[in-house]
Amino acid sequence: MTDPSPDPETHTIDCDILIVGGGFAGCGAAYEARYWGRDLKIVVAEKAAIERSGAVAQGLSAINCYMGMRWNENQPEDFVRYVRNDLMGLSREDLVYDLARHVDSTVHMFEEWGLPIFTDPVTGRYVREGRWQIMIHGESYKPIIAEATRKAASEVYERIMVTHLLPDAKDPNRVAGAIGFSVRDGSFYLFRAKAVIVAAAGASHIYRPRSAGEGSGRTWYPPWASGSAYALLIPMGAEMTQMENRLVVTRFKDGYGPVGAWFLLLKATATNATGEHYEAARLPELRERVGAYADAKPMPTCLRNHLMLQEILAGRGPILMHTEKVLDTPEKESIGWEDFLNMTIGQAVTWASQGIEPKTTPSELILSEPYVMGSHAVCAGAWASGPADVGADDYHWGYNRMTTVQGLFGAGDTIGGSAHKFSSGSYSEGRLAGKSAVAFVRDHPGAPTVAPERVSELKAEVFRPVRNWQTERLNVTTGTVYPEVLFPDQGLNRLEKIMDEYGGGVSANYSTNKPLLERGLAHMESLRVDLDHLGARDLHQLQRAWELHHRWWTAEAVLRHTLFREETRWPGYYYRADFPHVDDEQWKCFVNSVYDPRTGEWRLFKRPYRPLF
Amino acid sequence: MECVTICPSDIMHIDPAQGRAYNVEPQMCWECCACVKACPEAAIEIRGYADFAPMNHSVQPTRTDTHITWKIRMRGGDLKEFTFPIRTTKWGSIAAPQEAPEPPAEARAGELLSFEPDYLAVEALPTLARKPSAP
Ligand SMILES: Cc1cc2nc3c(=O)[nH]c(=O)nc-3n(C[C@H](O)[C@H](O)[C@H](O)COP(=O)(O)OP(=O)(O)OC[C@H]3O[C@@H](n4cnc5c(N)ncnc54)[C@H](O)[C@@H]3O)c2cc1C
Ligand code: SF4
Ligand code: SF4
Repeated sequence: MTDPSPDPETHTIDCDILIVGGGFAGCGAAYEARYWGRDLKIVVAEKAAIERSGAVAQGLSAINCYMGMRWNENQPEDFVRYVRNDLMGLSREDLVYDLARHVDSTVHMFEEWGLPIFTDPVTGRYVREGRWQIMIHGESYKPIIAEATRKAASEVYERIMVTHLLPDAKDPNRVAGAIGFSVRDGSFYLFRAKAVIVAAAGASHIYRPRSAGEGSGRTWYPPWASGSAYALLIPMGAEMTQMENRLVVTRFKDGYGPVGAWFLLLKATATNATGEHYEAARLPELRERVGAYADAKPMPTCLRNHLMLQEILAGRGPILMHTEKVLDTPEKESIGWEDFLNMTIGQAVTWASQGIEPKTTPSELILSEPYVMGSHAVCAGAWASGPADVGADDYHWGYNRMTTVQGLFGAGDTIGGSAHKFSSGSYSEGRLAGKSAVAFVRDHPGAPTVAPERVSELKAEVFRPVRNWQTERLNVTTGTVYPEVLFPDQGLNRLEKIMDEYGGGVSANYSTNKPLLERGLAHMESLRVDLDHLGARDLHQLQRAWELHHRWWTAEAVLRHTLFREETRWPGYYYRADFPHVDDEQWKCFVNSVYDPRTGEWRLFKRPYRPLF
Repeated sequence: MECVTICPSDIMHIDPAQGRAYNVEPQMCWECCACVKACPEAAIEIRGYADFAPMNHSVQPTRTDTHITWKIRMRGGDLKEFTFPIRTTKWGSIAAPQEAPEPPAEARAGELLSFEPDYLAVEALPTLARKPSAP
């Protein structure tokens, strides 16, 4: 293999709308932007191949966000109440409502395109897994969605790792495009765009995973989720919200198979090692800790985590999911296996390898390492403008789903304050952003200004790891020990260790406090300086180097937000041991931040929570 | 090369010496099987992560245009087989959004997305009166 060039050729692409990331949100954005913007040049830049990229690469077994308004199963207000409850009171309810009222049309479109949805032969309705979830045969969910995207977009550039957004040379608070490089031929890409939609997803491997060595690929959120959604936005000065609201999920141990279908559809229950249904038993203790939130129905996701963690810490593990009590027919057995084969094949592999027959043997549950994302039972992400017709005035300052940077939109994991979007909601939010971006481009038809000097500077930075390697390659001590080079995997291990030990990861039982967070931030600063020494032997390592940069930004934001919020709002996601209680009086508000790209300073502040009703 | 093209983690590479594909970074593999499903020669098998999965098992998919079949061999020797549908329409049959008539300019400012309210299957898009911010 020839070495990558540290100064390769540049491809310049001019377009109206650039979509970064062709996952669920990005695919929705491309489709909708084309519907409204027939004459526009709409370009997708994606680091993998859109048929199998993002969180849905394996497929899914359920659509977790569907109202069923046509059968009057739920109305958007019901969903707002549910999300409000699950997030311990805090959500951008205008965004949640907006998503809920559109999501059904997305799901109906998917069905028409050919996604097999379980339908009740008698009622003709979709089969419900739970109140918001419907069951699908979803192995090909992503390739189906991708087919529509390929037809809608002007061009889909694949294997392009987008590294930075570009500000407009005349107005630093306006976006002018993005840059990145081809992981295949090593060339440099400059996209100049009138509007940019970032749909580049949340992050795994911010915290050290439970599994080690080869097994560390077994995270619940995919190993390729590198936090680009946040790392592209933050250095542009976009306002962020809820970055401390990171996700810990209850999953089948080791394989990380989801529990939703088991609890909701198959009605399995979980006990501690003594066979006790611990959730009900610990309710009085929970009330002491979090007050009325303990009695919210359904119990908030974080509190269920909390109760499980308490059992494990008290030595009453393992926690067991009693699959053996519910798989009483061949149909149910098949549903149980399909649930994993469609979206967490690793869990089926775990069962096969351990000889676990779920019909006869219960399975262990565990709490995962934390992830940072915005579309599941958490809502880290950018502070975005809401719809024009719903919500408080100060939640609406322009185009729907536009960030605080002009022309910069987001969807899916990118947008904060709005949890429980999942696949269908992320796609719907992409559609909302796509339509708004078209409106923005029509109102601002002028081409953005990109300063060539800035592009050259950034290009040099993008290929710095290649240069570092080429100058240092003979300066080797032994094996992988190059004293002046930090390889991406080494830097990633360092980041994960810092976050795990100081930021409330698995080894700290999700606990942290002010002194720990401050120590953590000091270690992060030295890591930031050392990232200048990243080395990349090849283009694959160059991608890993930039993923590490992106994870660094994400992790830094998590620590700063966690430090600012002096309470434990979401026990079970993390604990501020120095402020162990929910403190509605001081902290029933959003924690937001803005990074100033000129000074390098972070500003943290509160934003009011405004209930919709 | 289908495996190289599809792997979301960019870890299936061709070893020039051996002339065959291999996983360059197993610790960044999600066991998503995208490579296994894409390989026209059925040349890829996965085994569980050696760090925690005991040996002697296999989980192998075969995907056609309409179905996926999984053959599972449990440690201990039991065999299982499951087949599930993957798509109800022909590949390539999705209509592009630009095939629909162009929406009128005044629709651009409203809240409706493409094909709404028809695709909502309710009469109108729900809305709430705007709530002014507290002083
Ligand atoms: C195991 C698992 C089970 C789940 N189960 C369900 C379920 O049952 N039902 C449900 O509805 N939802 C489920 N979800 C959630 C759902 O998958 C996500 O909510 C949704 O995919 C988020 O959409 P997104 O577009 O924000 O991110 P993604 O779909 O992950 O898309 C992000 C895209 O950005 C690309 N990208 C990232 N960084 C860059 C970069 N720097 N440059 C270029 N491209 C980049 C990625 O390659 C990817 O294509 C599950 C998720 C997981 C992981
Ligand atoms: S199973 Fe591993 S190697 Fe294969 S496509 Fe998925 S991540 Fe890539
Ligand atoms: S035959 Fe299969 S394993 Fe070999 S390169 Fe092609 S897709 Fe990859």
